[in-house]
Amino acid sequence: MSDTVSTPRSFQEIILRLQTYWATKGCAILQPYDMEVGAGTFHPATTLRSLGDQPWAAAYVQPSRRPTDGRYGENPNRLQHYYQYQVLIKPSPPDLQELYLGSLAAIGVDMALHDIRFVEDDWESPTLGAWGLGWEVWCDGMEVSQFTYFQQVGGHDCHPVSGELTYGLERLAMYILGVDHVMDMPFNDPQTPIPLSYGDIFKQTEEEYARWNFDVANTDVLLRQFEEAEAECQKILAQEHVDPKTGKRIIMAHPAYDQCIKASHMFNLLDARGVISVTERQAYIGRVRALAKQCADAFVQTRAGGWRPEDAA
Amino acid sequence: MPDLLIELFSEEIPARMQKRAGEDLQKLVTNGLVEAGLTYRSAAAFTTPRRLCLTVEGLLAQSPTTREERKGPKADAPEKAIEGFLRGARLTRDQVEERETPKGNVLFAVIEKAGRPAADIVAEVLEQTVRNFPWPKSMRWGTGSLKWVRPLQSILCILTDEAGAEVVSGDIDGIQFGDTTEGHRFMSPGRLSVVSFEDYEIKLSRAHVVLNPSTRAETIWNDATNAAFASGLEVVEDAGLLAEVAGLVEWPVVLMGRIADDFLGLPPEVLQTSMKEHQKFFSVRNPKTGRIERFITVANRETADNGATILAGNEKVLSARLADAKFFWENDLRVAKSDMSVWTQALENVTFHRQLGSQADRISRIATLARALAPVVGADADLAENAARLAKADLSSEMVYEFPELQGLMGRYYIEASGGDQAVAAAAQEHYSPLGPSDDVPTAPVSVAVALADKLDTLTSFWAIDEKPTGSKDPFALRRAALGVIRLVLDNDLRVPLDRMTHNALQVVLKLDQWRAAEKTETGDKAKQFARQIEVAEGVIASVGPNLCAFFHDRLKVYLRDQGIRHDIIDACIAMEGNDDLTLLVKRARALSETLKTDDGENLIQGFKRANNILTQAEEADGVEYSYGADAKFAEEAEEKALFEALDAAEARIAPAMASQDFTSAMSAMASLRGPIDGFFEAVQINTDNQTVRRNRLNLLSRIRTLCLSVADLTKIEG
Repeated sequence: MSDTVSTPRSFQEIILRLQTYWATKGCAILQPYDMEVGAGTFHPATTLRSLGDQPWAAAYVQPSRRPTDGRYGENPNRLQHYYQYQVLIKPSPPDLQELYLGSLAAIGVDMALHDIRFVEDDWESPTLGAWGLGWEVWCDGMEVSQFTYFQQVGGHDCHPVSGELTYGLERLAMYILGVDHVMDMPFNDPQTPIPLSYGDIFKQTEEEYARWNFDVANTDVLLRQFEEAEAECQKILAQEHVDPKTGKRIIMAHPAYDQCIKASHMFNLLDARGVISVTERQAYIGRVRALAKQCADAFVQTRAGGWRPEDAA
Repeated sequence: MPDLLIELFSEEIPARMQKRAGEDLQKLVTNGLVEAGLTYRSAAAFTTPRRLCLTVEGLLAQSPTTREERKGPKADAPEKAIEGFLRGARLTRDQVEERETPKGNVLFAVIEKAGRPAADIVAEVLEQTVRNFPWPKSMRWGTGSLKWVRPLQSILCILTDEAGAEVVSGDIDGIQFGDTTEGHRFMSPGRLSVVSFEDYEIKLSRAHVVLNPSTRAETIWNDATNAAFASGLEVVEDAGLLAEVAGLVEWPVVLMGRIADDFLGLPPEVLQTSMKEHQKFFSVRNPKTGRIERFITVANRETADNGATILAGNEKVLSARLADAKFFWENDLRVAKSDMSVWTQALENVTFHRQLGSQADRISRIATLARALAPVVGADADLAENAARLAKADLSSEMVYEFPELQGLMGRYYIEASGGDQAVAAAAQEHYSPLGPSDDVPTAPVSVAVALADKLDTLTSFWAIDEKPTGSKDPFALRRAALGVIRLVLDNDLRVPLDRMTHNALQVVLKLDQWRAAEKTETGDKAKQFARQIEVAEGVIASVGPNLCAFFHDRLKVYLRDQGIRHDIIDACIAMEGNDDLTLLVKRARALSETLKTDDGENLIQGFKRANNILTQAEEADGVEYSYGADAKFAEEAEEKALFEALDAAEARIAPAMASQDFTSAMSAMASLRGPIDGFFEAVQINTDNQTVRRNRLNLLSRIRTLCLSVADLTKIEG
């Protein structure tokens, strides 16, 4: 751990340093998934790749959406669109905690001055049928990351176990940069000719989305899209494993999973519109989980999911 | 005799699991050692966030050699029997002895087990322990299959004697036992090797790890109270939080921080709850004002700036948290001051239980009941009903949504802010009480009315839908509710028959009044339909009522047993008329319990039993009941006459005492019969040839029985 790392000057510098750090530690630096998701965990690079026995190491930024958290850009900490930094390594290396602390040092957290703690936090995702044990990591009393050893995903036991790190980028960056309101945070270097703050980029969109999420989104359309996505997911998974056109064994786990992601996001939007009652809520979550499980079942039938031709015999 | 030191070093163990894990480690390892023949002098376990440690002193260096002798079949027994015996003993025919016995020659096997070195046994026991450790939740990591609470990184296992330390050879899932551990993650990184427990503890403390959790807790508490005291303040005690925080740090450093002025106006409970739940801070109070003004946080390290950076960070996080709390508080106050019915209406959409309707339905039932109970507890009926309607309104508030443990208390603040009656506000806070056998019982009449109504509604509702507690399962905390009713009645000296209370509550739950009213206004088939409804409801009441009463009596027994009153004494009182008046029942039981503790009382019971036995037998044999007509003129012996006089005197005291429910006097009068009864039995033979005298004596015994049974059913008393 180096103590002489300079303090970063912008949000993007923190992201770039994390990318560089995890690249030097051997992770494939992936790009964000091109769909609306509620958290970095939904990226197939985490959800699906944590299944099966194939080694994996990936890191990426994932824009995430939580419609109910929208506050028109006024709350200093809450956003309906924000960024997570996600690392997934399978099998979890024995020095994952050290690697993680190294990443904090790399973005300018001086371990000699700060109080870093691993505080119990069991992770569970009812929509993904997943759970794991780990911690929330505190820096001076503030939660800066989630640290989880995946035990089960999509109803399947994880063998080997993946180690997952999730950084809430805005909150972490605000702390490192000493900013009190997310909209005031420098996005690029404040010394450049055209300095841009987080607010310059996102204040207006937070307002637009908050209005749409809460009051305008057409709930009939959302509901229909939820059901269409659910039906499509099941239809995809019901196809024969062998493609009649190419004669190849092609299980379409990823396209099906896209539909699962879509259904999940539709559910989040419906929830923000306040049209889902407490009792219905559980039922919707159960429907998404059923899709996630079927996608997981399909993925472990694929090569990336650990299937071998000899398994067919 | 060697000493054993074990350390299981892992990634951070949840604070709440550490204490139990230390105890389990000690129990499992020492039990395993003893089972294998290794006794020891003493053992102790210690835990930190990253390690479980066990030290065992004065262990046997090896287990003793054991000899077991097994008797087998006769030497000339069938071949199969002998084969089976040899297989069981794992010996061959020439390895077993033939001995002469009175029954002939019999085979004997002597199985000798050589003692084993301590190290071998320790390695086995430790592996067993680790593989079967009872963590509340455990996990796998990497490619392994071992389960532990969090990844297990190293195992230290050494035996130390005069000659020095020796690593026990062994490994679990690839983790080799060794003699090294690690110091503080940040302040003293790197591994260090140790030769004994003493050496281990010293080296750890040099490496910024305080091994003993009690020492860490003491340090935290002392430093915290000193820091607060220096500013004229005091730390709010919280033993649970102290234990938790001591489990989050290996090197505790106490820091006291400020709460921004903006937030000092929040209710102290809100500050306290928010700081504790989210940040694990202690609250620091100004003893003069009672307000929470500062906080104590416990860091896990020393820093060059004496914690300035850490404290600044914590203050910042706290401000963000409290900004949320303040936002809730202000929003809630706005609602409370304008119109709290928004909250009660919102509860119409909150399901209480699928079969029991919404929270609003439940509140309406409680309000009806509170009104009915008001005269009994001396409360104003309108106030009681109003209090019941508002008592749970805060369930709709933002603050209670965020911090459910503040329910009731927030209700009080909000009702006060709305200008509501003080008694109504107090009822909001107090109506959940008492929550257990030692929790305070409300005494303000309005609070008592709502508290009783709330619990009676819960009990009768779940009884009506047949959701009773079974065995260890009591998901709706009905035992607690029944105990609550009992304590409310007893502590407030309420004279209200249980029967009537449950009956009323059941009528409300089953909407009997509504059906009756509907029946009257309807005609024809509709009226018939309502009549059937009424019949069903009455049937439920008839079957549920007594059942629920018995449940109350069971709970009462448990409660009184904890206060040292025997169950048979309670049974003797429950068997009496008026047993649904709990206050009366308990008064009687207490008086009887006290009486039975005296010499007279205890002996009187024997006298009573003797009288009762003789009488019962005679009645069975003669086929008549001796109940009346004992006459002093047929008394022959002096002791007989004396008993007549004593009974006359006692009756004269007992009857009025019972009439005024003065059980103590009644029972002391009853106990005073002990001498005359004993004297009577010593001097007088009941069964004589003179039938008139015999009948007279039996009728006299009947007077004893009748008199004693008028006080309590002494036939239920054991012993």
